[in-house]
Amino acid sequence: MNIWKNFVKPVVVGISITVTFIDKIGYVARVDGKSMQPYFNPNGVTDYVYLSHWTIRHFEIHRGDIISFISPKNPNHRIIKRVIGISGDTIRSFKTDEIVNIPNGYCWVEGDHIGNSLDSNHFGPLSLGLITAKATFVVWPPSRWQRIKTELRYERLPLNLLPLK
Amino acid sequence: MIHPSFIVKVKNSLLSFVQYGCVIHCFFEHIAELAICVGPSMEPTLSSNDVIVTEHLSPMFKKFNYGDIVVSKSLNNPKEFVCKRIIGLPGDRIYFNKIQIVPNGYVWLEGDNRENSTDSREYGPVPQGLITGRVICKIWPLKEVMMLTVKSK
Repeated sequence: MNIWKNFVKPVVVGISITVTFIDKIGYVARVDGKSMQPYFNPNGVTDYVYLSHWTIRHFEIHRGDIISFISPKNPNHRIIKRVIGISGDTIRSFKTDEIVNIPNGYCWVEGDHIGNSLDSNHFGPLSLGLITAKATFVVWPPSRWQRIKTELRYERLPLNLLPLK
Repeated sequence: MIHPSFIVKVKNSLLSFVQYGCVIHCFFEHIAELAICVGPSMEPTLSSNDVIVTEHLSPMFKKFNYGDIVVSKSLNNPKEFVCKRIIGLPGDRIYFNKIQIVPNGYVWLEGDNRENSTDSREYGPVPQGLITGRVICKIWPLKEVMMLTVKSK
């Protein structure tokens, strides 16, 4: 009885509360690699970002958001990329120069470091179900502390948003 | 005036409510849960309104076998779940209209009711990251209670 009350129960409850917090609210993760340079890891210093599960609990994403998702090619990998297009948009793929229409329930993700990033240019539109979180803050190193802005570069705007010539 | 012992009672019951809520959430989210089937795509194995038990451990460890019935998020609607059988694993050749090879990280899902099922034959291979659960057994209706797992090879 004492083992249960003093040891097993607090451990089980503690783990459960932590896991529930991570599942519902969010957690801090390290950004690896060069694919999001210069936005993340600008001088080769590894950034830590806060990934919010709460913000995208209804899978609401916008162009320019930075999201993390499970890689379609390898279910053990989480990837962090920027949303370029949402369903209904028309994108010109960087790799093959094809015109792609994003179907319902999908989005188009790309790394900021074009040409050095495994993204939708390789695996095509991303199913929204694979999205796990949205990056909202850079929390470490302290000099880089900032809220992550939703922004899109002009040259990667979806074709349907470009002003007509 | 509110008696102090009343506040203590409220505080304690709120605390245990949060604790039990978190334990229950973790169990249903990461270990096992009940689900109700809708639609004809898995007949005759599963029909509408059958209650099934699904576990979340084998998807977590990415252990998939031929013949497993799995629950997966729908490819084009993340709030919808589909229940299908694993027919092909990465590297397999699937002969349907044309020859397709299941890429790394994907599975090929088909319903048991081949005449009336929207599955990989229509939308192609499904990323393993979308699979949330594996069906273990059927517990309702009582007459048809049975295990639905296959022996792993």
